[in-house]
Amino acid sequence: MDFVEVPVSEDLPSAKGKAKKQKKQKKSGEKSAENGAPESEPTEASEASGSSLPPTFSLSEIKNKQRRHLMFMKLKQEKRKQKLQLRKKRKKEREALGDKAPPKEVPKTIENQRIYDETTVDPEDEEVAFDEGTDEFSAYFNKLINPKVLITTSDRPRGRTVRFCEQLATIIPNAHVYYRRGLALKRIIPQCISRDFTYLMVINEDRKVPNGMVLCHLPDGPTAHFKVSSVRLRKEMKRRGKEPTDHYPEVILNNFTTRLGHSIGRMFAALFPQDPQFVGRQVATFHNQRDFIFFRFHRYIFKNEKKVGIQELGPRFTLKLRSLQNGTFDSKFGEYEWVHKRHEMDSSRRKFHL
Amino acid sequence: MHAELKCGGLEFRSERRARAHSVEQRNMACVKSQQCSVWVGAETGILKGVCVSRKQVYNFCEMSSLSRDEEICTITWGDEQETEVLMGSVNGRVKTFSTEKGIFTESRECADLSHGRFTGLAVTDRSLITCVESGLLKVWPEAGGETVEINVGSGVCRMRQNPSERHRVATGGKENPLKVWDLQRPDTPVFTAKNVANDWLDLRVPVWVRDMAFLTNSNKIVTCTGHHQVRVYDPSCQRRPVLEAKFGEVPLTALSVPPGENSVVVGNTHGQLATLDLRKGLVRGCMKGVAGSVRGLQCHPSLPLVASCGLDRFLRIHNLQDRTLMHKVYLKSRLNCVLLSSRDLQHCVSNEDEQLEEVKAEEDEVWDTMETVTEKGGKRAAQDEDEIRDATERDKKKKKRTKK
Repeated sequence: MDFVEVPVSEDLPSAKGKAKKQKKQKKSGEKSAENGAPESEPTEASEASGSSLPPTFSLSEIKNKQRRHLMFMKLKQEKRKQKLQLRKKRKKEREALGDKAPPKEVPKTIENQRIYDETTVDPEDEEVAFDEGTDEFSAYFNKLINPKVLITTSDRPRGRTVRFCEQLATIIPNAHVYYRRGLALKRIIPQCISRDFTYLMVINEDRKVPNGMVLCHLPDGPTAHFKVSSVRLRKEMKRRGKEPTDHYPEVILNNFTTRLGHSIGRMFAALFPQDPQFVGRQVATFHNQRDFIFFRFHRYIFKNEKKVGIQELGPRFTLKLRSLQNGTFDSKFGEYEWVHKRHEMDSSRRKFHL
Repeated sequence: MHAELKCGGLEFRSERRARAHSVEQRNMACVKSQQCSVWVGAETGILKGVCVSRKQVYNFCEMSSLSRDEEICTITWGDEQETEVLMGSVNGRVKTFSTEKGIFTESRECADLSHGRFTGLAVTDRSLITCVESGLLKVWPEAGGETVEINVGSGVCRMRQNPSERHRVATGGKENPLKVWDLQRPDTPVFTAKNVANDWLDLRVPVWVRDMAFLTNSNKIVTCTGHHQVRVYDPSCQRRPVLEAKFGEVPLTALSVPPGENSVVVGNTHGQLATLDLRKGLVRGCMKGVAGSVRGLQCHPSLPLVASCGLDRFLRIHNLQDRTLMHKVYLKSRLNCVLLSSRDLQHCVSNEDEQLEEVKAEEDEVWDTMETVTEKGGKRAAQDEDEIRDATERDKKKKKRTKK
């Protein structure tokens, strides 16, 4: 019976368990000291019984729940041990071979196993280049207009949403935060156009938490709708830097490879003025990974020729594209260029759209 | 002197080579265009020919002189034999493309920019019919006689021709009800639809016809609207629709009638594609895979196939019977309209095949000389067998248990 209890207590993850385990081990140690031989016998017997089981036997056939749990834990432990041993062995082999060791295997991730997307943009493609060169953002990329952004919220914002908008306005140069005042978006848009705004950004709020973002390029679209999650405001961040300065930040866009990704990337790029002021040493990053777009805002410093230090200024948040619509915001009659359809599109975990 | 002569010789040779090259190009173009069975008009002004069986796409356009003004709004066959494709651009020109030669043969000015874009093109014997958004419908006789102009009302979204009686066309648009015109008597429409009765709040129901099609068997007309209704009109009995069905919650943009004509395929701005039964107005089933707004939709005249294209830049061909996706081709630009040839999609022009056959014969020899390798059942197959065995054993045990 004593033997049965030991492994159970071993598997308890808490500190208490560890203490107990130590005690038990001590006890068992004492016991073994007392009557040396009988301690080792039952372990051997158990091993023998384990091996004598028929090969098709599966643990789930044990009907006693406690017993089943115990056996399962044992099995897991054994597997873990084997794995560790294998790893050690491999490491030794590598060390023994030295320089001749075969290259390490690249771990499989769903990103490097990604299903090839035929819309991936080839930078030398004439047709795509023409398409992008004449789209709605071409005026910005040809340096004809400067961005001017209006930030507003859903009606009656509360709590974090208000602060989130304020902080967004400090990141995006030439951004203006306005109180929504219960106005309809379709009415705001013509007024924005007449006042030369190039972007309308609407933060949606649910139960005091920002959860959506509509990004509408003016004067003639497109409009993107994002889900916003894991918003971390400046105050909630550890080791953050001082408040950002008014300099125009640099913009980094990572991993926007497909045609849809390109459109979204261009949309983010056009939020910021074209020539960054490098004196400010501030970078805004839009990093796309598995269709989630992570936003971070940093200040960097070159410590010497090799080392760079970065300091996060915040806020940080994550976006996920829900839809891209042609033209300015019109959810009823607008034509959608891309709509995320969960049941049709998310059939494979290795398929990404951006 | 000598050097000059040499130079001249070289020039001559290069010139000849260039000429040969251009001839070759032309030959290539015609071979390419003869292979194509699907034609797609893009927003960038490119006419794309797709050879479905080989999964190849050809652009029939000068890539150096692209412009947004040449955006293709509408596309149709220029003759019965399907040797000519007519396409209407935003800048008001109608171009003729010869599918046999693979080049643009004709281009003429049919509208100016102030009238809006083309909403429909059609051909009858010896004349071309064009319709623009402002509601100006014109008939251009081929002999160069006077054009007939009809004002069909503003805000036109689509003009379609009756495939059996080619002098009859239907028009409709935003606040512009469905009208059928007989081009031999252009003064008044043959049929004007009447708006449906007011709704339960006694408010007028808005009119917005987005697309229509003639049902040639039963002399009916089916329309789809921007308020997600599908309506069937029967001009022989009443002016109001005889059947109304609803699909989805967003505007329907395109419609097409498959052979058999007892159902209709509709597409909307969210990229939902469905077949509706025209007898009861119920959804028969949806076609999956479309990501963006559908702009062009056409059913094959004899096979159960439907081709769709739209803002997501893909041409998709679905089977109408089991609604599976058969082909999916990425075409790089947003697509406005699609045109299917009436021949079998898999069929290719034999000319090209003959050339390929020689190569194939050589390849066959290579394959013949190779050894045949027989593989044992793969890992997965073995696993499956194991699983099956396990399962059967388990079943047996269960049975035993139940017996006990």
